[in-house]
Amino acid sequence: MLYFSDLLQYSDVFFSGLMTTVELTVLTTFLGVALGTTCATLRQYGNLAGQRIVSVYVELIRNTPFIVQLFFIFFGLPAIGIMLSPWEASMIALTINLGAYSTEIIRAGLASISKGQVEAAKVLGLNFRQTLTRVIFIPAFEKIYPALTSQCIIVMLGSAVISQISVQDLTYAANLVQSRNFRAFESYLVTALLYLGLSILLRFAFNALGKRLFAYRSVQ
Amino acid sequence: MIEFSNYDILRNLLFATQWTILLSLAAFVGGTTVALALTAMRLTRNAIMRTLVRMYVELFQGTPLLMQMFLCFFGLSMLGYEISAWGAAILSLTFFTSAFLVEIWRGCIDTLPKGQWEASRCLGLSFLQTLRFIILPQAIRVATAPTVGFSVQVIKGTALASVIGFVELTKVGTMLNNATFEPFKVFTLVALIYFMLCYPLSLYSKHLEKKFNVSR
Amino acid sequence: MSLVNLHQVHKYYGDHHVLKGIDLDIKAGEVVSIIGRSGSGKSTLLRCINGLEQYQKGGITLDGKEVTTDDIQVRRLALSVGMIFQNFNLFPHMTVGENVMLAPTIVLKKSKAEAEATARAMLEKVGLAEKFDSFPEKLSGGQQQRVAIARALAMSPKVLLCDEITSALDPELVGEVLKVLEQLAKEGMTLILVTHEMNFARDVGSRVVFMHQGKVWEQGDSKTLLSNPQTDELKQFMGAVL
Ligand SMILES: Nc1ncnc2c1ncn2[C@@H]1O[C@H](COP(=O)(O)OP(=O)(O)O)[C@@H](O)[C@H]1O
Ligand SMILES: [Mg+2]
Repeated sequence: MLYFSDLLQYSDVFFSGLMTTVELTVLTTFLGVALGTTCATLRQYGNLAGQRIVSVYVELIRNTPFIVQLFFIFFGLPAIGIMLSPWEASMIALTINLGAYSTEIIRAGLASISKGQVEAAKVLGLNFRQTLTRVIFIPAFEKIYPALTSQCIIVMLGSAVISQISVQDLTYAANLVQSRNFRAFESYLVTALLYLGLSILLRFAFNALGKRLFAYRSVQ
Repeated sequence: MIEFSNYDILRNLLFATQWTILLSLAAFVGGTTVALALTAMRLTRNAIMRTLVRMYVELFQGTPLLMQMFLCFFGLSMLGYEISAWGAAILSLTFFTSAFLVEIWRGCIDTLPKGQWEASRCLGLSFLQTLRFIILPQAIRVATAPTVGFSVQVIKGTALASVIGFVELTKVGTMLNNATFEPFKVFTLVALIYFMLCYPLSLYSKHLEKKFNVSR
Repeated sequence: MSLVNLHQVHKYYGDHHVLKGIDLDIKAGEVVSIIGRSGSGKSTLLRCINGLEQYQKGGITLDGKEVTTDDIQVRRLALSVGMIFQNFNLFPHMTVGENVMLAPTIVLKKSKAEAEATARAMLEKVGLAEKFDSFPEKLSGGQQQRVAIARALAMSPKVLLCDEITSALDPELVGEVLKVLEQLAKEGMTLILVTHEMNFARDVGSRVVFMHQGKVWEQGDSKTLLSNPQTDELKQFMGAVL
């Protein structure tokens, strides 16, 4: 038998966990994509040293599990004098993680912009920064927007792991509730569905933002 | 308290790595098997089957792998189905892997021209014959690189099994950390071992992709 | 007796009425050229005949048996109807020989030796015997299309449907494919072909069917019809093609 009604009295626990997850997701999505954009630009247009550093960063992050990155930052860094609260450690780990993946994705977008576009901007007298922001970024992001959306959702779902360093996120709430009422299946199922709702919401938000960013498409 | 030399730490980690590899292999085999069945379901012209596959993908791609593991481990045993951490990890990683692979393969199969299906139909091949002799051999060539690439995600996914108490690389890492109080060293080593497992696969995937693009 | 018979066939794509009551009767040994503007429904007509598309009203029979898109039916149809496509649709991962042998072995359940003998004979017929072990991508467009013809012939069909099979070819390669078709026509094969090759339609074809806006607008003996079109639409069409 399933007893979902046993969960009702804990709705405020779930709600506060949900809010923590949402808060961290919004914050790290912005920071992560900003980091990714910077690194991708460096990787695509920077000097050799910059390119090398970005490559090492990207490969290191992409080839190790997020939970190990999180433990390294939270448990490991204090050993060399960097103390972080669970929340700070989580935010940094998530940002660094999303940053690496979005670097790969955004770089593919930058690479898809033809040389002609850059040359045309140069001929018109735009400087490099203007060329990037006015000519390159929008169409480059448009190309990779679906992939970037999926990656942000993957990172949001991956954030469930931060409950392991006792950040009181949605997963933490689920663990707490099931330890109190022993309804593990119900509380994890409800939590899974809440995450599913968040994924759908995040995709929705990205689509809405995309419509504004790439509005020139629909103007005939 | 027992003293751990660097050698002891490394030895224990490497021993645990075997379990990470084993779990990854099991999950990968389970995931590809289920993904194959789902792909076949998706390719039939039966609307119900296709919707079921879409929901499966949506469900397992839209929820955290960790939550799937909790559901498989704590949830199932609470419902009266006894399951080991090992079993729960394989089960949830199989769901996870298959949900992503079926989507990756869909992309690959969709790149094959519709004419391949039509020509097969005109020659009298059955649906399964078309899959076996025409679609799969071609799709496999396209799909190898992204599939190898995804195996990296599977290996990394196995790290979450540590949370439900399965003793693999990450779990032994946290145990050693508790015993040695040398988190920097331990987690650096753990990360390095994962890197050495994953990076060659990433490189191989890139290599396959290049090779395939050239041969086209 | 008629080999292919269409009676008041209607076909819709959603609301789009593509075939508007087609009547057509084709006897064994006829070479029927279907001409008409792009979008007039020529391909759709062919695809209804071999069950690739479902029609909504009317009836199509082949050798007296009704045509449906039911899977079993289509497979039975495949035994008597061959189809050649504009873009060949050869299987790129198989050699030329394997392409031709595949259906005879797994559909007709012929022995490998027998299928190979048939394949070699068919490739000989289209002048490509020496390409048995090559892969399709190593062949020219004209050669690929001839392999596609050999592949269809290996199933010993009663009718061969050809949908603009020379349209994707460089002009200098068109001739070699048409020559194969001409040879087949001489041997008595029933051919239904959508084509823009008016000379071929006139000289080799026995009948021309002009389609316009989803209807058979005008049809008749190929030489008479093409030298003396009756409707304005056909006159206009021929003016545009020639
Ligand atoms: N799969 C399809 N879905 C919707 N409309 C189609 C489809 N195939 C063809 N059509 C439409 O049906 C009409 C006839 O197409 P077709 O038979 O290909 O013409 P033709 O071969 O004479 O050029 C066209 O208007 C075309 O747009
Ligand atoms: Mg056509």
